[in-house]
Amino acid sequence: MKVSGTAVKFGDNVDTDVILPGKYLVLIDPNELAKHAMEGLDPTFPEKAKKGVMVVGGKNFGCGSSREQAPLALKYSGVQCVLAESFARIFFRNAINIGLPVIEHKGISAAVETGDELMVDFEAGTIQNLSKGKSFQAAKLPSFILAILADGGLIENLRRRLNKK
Amino acid sequence: MNITEKILTKASGKNTVHPGEIVDANVDMIMVHDLTGPLAVEAFKKIGVKNVWDNKKVVVILDHQVPAESIKAAELHKTMRKFAQDQQLRIYDVGKGGICHQVMPEKGHVLPGTVIVGADSHTCTYGAFGAFATGIGSTEAATVFATGKIWLKVPEAIKINVEGQFQKYVTPKDLILSIIGKLGAGGAIYKSAEFTGPTIRAMSIAGRMTLCNMTVEMGAKNGIVEPDETTRKFLEGRTAKPLMPFESLKSDADVSYNKVIDIDVTDLTPQIAYPSSVDNVKPASEIGNVRVEQAFIGSCTNGRIEDLRLAAEILKGNMVKDGVRTLVIPASQEVYRQAITEGLIEIFTDAGALVCGSTCGPCLGGHIGLLAPGETCVSTSNRNFIGRMGSKEASVYLASPATVAASAITGRITDPRELEASKA
Repeated sequence: MKVSGTAVKFGDNVDTDVILPGKYLVLIDPNELAKHAMEGLDPTFPEKAKKGVMVVGGKNFGCGSSREQAPLALKYSGVQCVLAESFARIFFRNAINIGLPVIEHKGISAAVETGDELMVDFEAGTIQNLSKGKSFQAAKLPSFILAILADGGLIENLRRRLNKK
Repeated sequence: MNITEKILTKASGKNTVHPGEIVDANVDMIMVHDLTGPLAVEAFKKIGVKNVWDNKKVVVILDHQVPAESIKAAELHKTMRKFAQDQQLRIYDVGKGGICHQVMPEKGHVLPGTVIVGADSHTCTYGAFGAFATGIGSTEAATVFATGKIWLKVPEAIKINVEGQFQKYVTPKDLILSIIGKLGAGGAIYKSAEFTGPTIRAMSIAGRMTLCNMTVEMGAKNGIVEPDETTRKFLEGRTAKPLMPFESLKSDADVSYNKVIDIDVTDLTPQIAYPSSVDNVKPASEIGNVRVEQAFIGSCTNGRIEDLRLAAEILKGNMVKDGVRTLVIPASQEVYRQAITEGLIEIFTDAGALVCGSTCGPCLGGHIGLLAPGETCVSTSNRNFIGRMGSKEASVYLASPATVAASAITGRITDPRELEASKA
């Protein structure tokens, strides 16, 4: 699985309250959630994300609440992938479970500027900054997690596994 | 092995586990609430399994937007009531429970040595009872509904060894804020935070819950305290299930940790987390003149009877300053009832504080007491992120119930020892 897009960079400790403020948690439709993606840091983000962007975060991306509405809002706003120095663990799992690809790599933040074209190959675990002509080897995700992403999320993955039995 | 590894070993049917290993664990209990439950219900329906794996192990608690503050919230509640009825699940509705992390142990759903997952990040609170408990998302909750299992990476552990006696008006909240300040918001990512030492052994269940509750604010997978007589006393009469022997729920003496932190609380002073990160922690005594428009005492972090007693002790005979809206929200109906019995509600009301029904409400900016641009709130809750309690131009400072009560009286963030000194 390969994903690509234009980088939009954020800092360390991007929390789920800025990704999707608590007052929108009563919304169910992911397209409605998407209109408020990253509202706490950049209200123009949903407009930027429409063309398909790669969010690049610093350390501890997605810290805070377990709200799955946070990765859902990112995914439906047009985010193709989140790359970060490190992730808060619940966000990391949630993103994979709803089929939003995530990859962790120390040093990625310094190697990318907003506007750079990025490509991630999940099977190979490689991140390419096409604009700067640089390539990085990240730790590969375990195969069962890659399978969840390939299936489009945990529900689809579980359905497939249950049907096999 | 340490206590977390022992619990995960048993839950995954293995002889031993090691940090970094991925195990498939059997879940003993799962909780969802009104903001994470509806997405889980939707996802569960897509799986194509008719019934949850065990309806005695799924608990639904309506707490975030209760009573419904909007039609949308009312619809979410309706969805959860229907799901609970269809699946014959235990549900704690408006007036019957309170904040999920208080209700779960109060009603006997949290037992030492068990694996508990909850669709809420503060599920780690239950580590206070010697359970392995961690937060998950809605989709994952749906798959647990269907299978009763979850994959978990066995965490490395940080040992936090605490000794010494707290000074007056210095609390477990000050301790955990100080720890998060030292380790950082990402300082315990993927790790287990194990609290031990004489101060923890002498600490109430309420204090242990406050510590474990906030371990997620430094990224921890779980916080945990070995169960003991204090645990047994709290659980007595709350569960009909036999407790497993606590002897097996202790970390071995020879176990090695990723990190060991030794803390003496003797000289610890009241601490404040400044906006807008929980690790932005400084002593309350150094804060200078920070005026507040709102003071909030409540939440799953500090809404217990012990917290209300402490706040009432400070507020008794005082009035909250004009211009400071002071909200007191007991963590559960049981806590509310106890506060009435002890005369605390009278003290709060006489002081000009507003006591509200049990809800998460203002802590997550859901409803009750949102902040306008430019306003400042001093709060006993757990997060001070941008926009957490309303406007993203508002500021939230986190502190103990004693500090928040003292600040409500003076109208500025105040070290509670300052009021004590002025009385003398």
